[in-house]
Amino acid sequence: MTRKQRRLSLIAVGGVTLAFAAGLMGWAFSGSIKFFNSPTDLAEKHVAPGTRIRLGGLVVNGSLVKNGVDVRFEVTDGKHAVPVTYRGITPDLLRDGQGVVVDGTIDGTGTFRADTVLAKHDERYMPREVAEALKKEGHWKEGEANQTGAATRTP
Amino acid sequence: MIPELGHFALVLALAIALVQSTVPLYGARTGDAALMGVAAPTALAQFGFVAISFAALVACYVTSDFSVATVFENSHSAMPLIYKFTSVWGNHEGSMLLWVLILSVFGALVAAFGSNIPATLKATVLSVQSWVAAAFYIFILATSNPFVRMAQAPFEGRDLNPILQDFGLAVHPPMLYLGYVGFSISFAFAIGALIEGRIDAAWARWVRPWTLIAWICLTLGIAMGSFWAYYTLGWGGWWYWDPVENASFMPWLAGTALLHSALVMEKREALKVWTILLAILTFSLSLIGTFLVRSGVLTSVHAFASDPMRGIFILAILVLFIGGGLALFAWRAPLLKQGGLFAPISREGALVINNLFLTTACATVFVGTLYPLALEAMTGAKISVGAPYFDWTFGPLFIILMIAVPFGPLLAWKRGDLKGVTQRLTAAFALAVIGVLVVCVVEGRPVFAAVGLGVATFVIAGAATDLFERTGLWRAPFPIAARRAVGLPRSAWGTAFAHIGLGITLLGIVGETQWGSEQIVSLRQGDKVALRHYDFTFEGTSTRNGPNYSEKAVHFVVRRNGEVIGEMVPSKRTFPARDMTTTEAALMTRGVSQLYVSLGDISQDGAVAVRIYHKPLVLLIWLGAVVMAFGGALSLSDRRLRVGAPKPAKAKSKPALQPAE
Repeated sequence: MTRKQRRLSLIAVGGVTLAFAAGLMGWAFSGSIKFFNSPTDLAEKHVAPGTRIRLGGLVVNGSLVKNGVDVRFEVTDGKHAVPVTYRGITPDLLRDGQGVVVDGTIDGTGTFRADTVLAKHDERYMPREVAEALKKEGHWKEGEANQTGAATRTP
Repeated sequence: MIPELGHFALVLALAIALVQSTVPLYGARTGDAALMGVAAPTALAQFGFVAISFAALVACYVTSDFSVATVFENSHSAMPLIYKFTSVWGNHEGSMLLWVLILSVFGALVAAFGSNIPATLKATVLSVQSWVAAAFYIFILATSNPFVRMAQAPFEGRDLNPILQDFGLAVHPPMLYLGYVGFSISFAFAIGALIEGRIDAAWARWVRPWTLIAWICLTLGIAMGSFWAYYTLGWGGWWYWDPVENASFMPWLAGTALLHSALVMEKREALKVWTILLAILTFSLSLIGTFLVRSGVLTSVHAFASDPMRGIFILAILVLFIGGGLALFAWRAPLLKQGGLFAPISREGALVINNLFLTTACATVFVGTLYPLALEAMTGAKISVGAPYFDWTFGPLFIILMIAVPFGPLLAWKRGDLKGVTQRLTAAFALAVIGVLVVCVVEGRPVFAAVGLGVATFVIAGAATDLFERTGLWRAPFPIAARRAVGLPRSAWGTAFAHIGLGITLLGIVGETQWGSEQIVSLRQGDKVALRHYDFTFEGTSTRNGPNYSEKAVHFVVRRNGEVIGEMVPSKRTFPARDMTTTEAALMTRGVSQLYVSLGDISQDGAVAVRIYHKPLVLLIWLGAVVMAFGGALSLSDRRLRVGAPKPAKAKSKPALQPAE
């Protein structure tokens, strides 16, 4: 083979690999992207039951009920609240009034079934999306929380 | 006094860095040996002053000097000494100081041990490295000064984030930084080669040890981080495809590709331009990693910084070095002479495939990590890309790559014999098939487990085949084979061990993900729960006070088939200084598998939510990484890297018949 043919074959192999990877990416993206929603987003636009989404806000005071490993609470952005159920062990700092982000699906009754709960793991920490959603609804006090600290997840 | 001393030393280091980044470079361009000679002493002096600065910060932490803001924010007088020490880098400011300390260590090492590098290249490399250093000194002094004093010194600190109060903090960040920053040397060499417009096999040989050191440290650093997350976060996960995990993984992938392509360049003078590009990309990914983690654009366990000024500053550094590096590459790379020819089926060809798949896999991770940021910047939509994306893009690419791994070392340079190699791999392949069949029969588990196990077996057996072939273990009498084994270049052993390590890690991943089982239950005293062959009995609770926390523990007696095999005591720790609770999981090692128990809430009536896992083969994940790093270390000790390329070979010191590498 000449140098040119070799280079062409190399480019061909590279092209095939990249095309394969691009195909995989396109296919995998369609199934694993979750859009972030605030409770207001959920109330205002219809999200089909079963679609995987991410929901964030504050835990409504007094709504957190733990019964063994069954946990339920409500997430609010000050305007609307969404009931959330979760089965498992929640992060240590999931408490009333704290910021939380959950992954999961909405069921037919409007309850959010979470399979992952991310709560702040430091009294100074607030998930960025939650902070922005709260700002939008005017429930954010500047300096209330900075983003130092850590999030813990429980899948 | 001490903080001011540290601050002042850092300013001096910056001043020296500015000299080092210009004078030797000018000397190298004009051929002035005296100016070039400035590089080594300034590199050593820079290291000296950064070391003084770092020591000063350590002194502030160890003596709990709460008049220093970062010490107040991140330390507590009651913490054990080791955590006072490690909390130096358990925050943004201190970790950036550690970053530049390691940068200056590498600079000093090149200055001290790079005696076989030509003077002009050495001067240029040290200059380029000093640009990076200067940029980061300015960053620290302008936006993240760790020595800032408080107007009124508080009596007590705010404590280190309890999650970070762990031995992992002593190992994970320094190792990771050694890796990230080590790649700055490869970067400096690449820029140096582009400035000089000349590059040859010797260049690859000088770069290789530095790349190897960085790669070994990064491998161990990532493994340690994964292990730390596994035992400390309480949910038993060891990899989440979290953006910051990806941030450290991308330089590893690119660095692994760089190691392999530098090999081709060293042996065959081919892939020159590509190797230079990879060196630039690898360090760019390290910088992006620093940016992602430090800028606070990502919400995660590692996001210390939230000051947008810092983010913009690091972004500027990124643009400067990545943009500048790539622009220089575009301008100068066409000047580099083309290298040796090779057939598609050859060792070079195999290494090209390796590079192709590693970089493609790296690109898929890159897209998945940065796409949400790009989308939010453009449309405002907030999305997160979940683990399935990475499993389904990275996974298939890596499986294909791993099937190719055993072929590489067995193929000859220049023109290989694929049929012959396939024949030699028959035994390894047969072993893999047997493994797959055993899994299917015994476990009856889905395709992935069987395929994963088969590939892992193939990689391990293939690497072993390479060693058997080279020593002739199957054909020659044992003493001869043993003598050959001793005479085999260390790099050959290194290759085999690194590849075996890769296979071991895959075995662990398959075991943990495919055969693991878990139970989440609510238990009271006296309750019993069974998982696989084990059962766990809730015996009772106890409380205890640590230096800066109080602990509530639950005692489980573990039985296997009715026989007591031990006790597991998971606990909850409450740290009053931050009003935080952490979960301390209990682990029991059974061979290379583990039992894992962590606690949820302890309710008023005494019921405890408990999460119990059986994690088969899980320790292999990290053991494999250690074996990989050991392989890297063996390769590093290869004499050809110590001897150095340009010196004339001594006739007697080399064996007459050196096995092909």
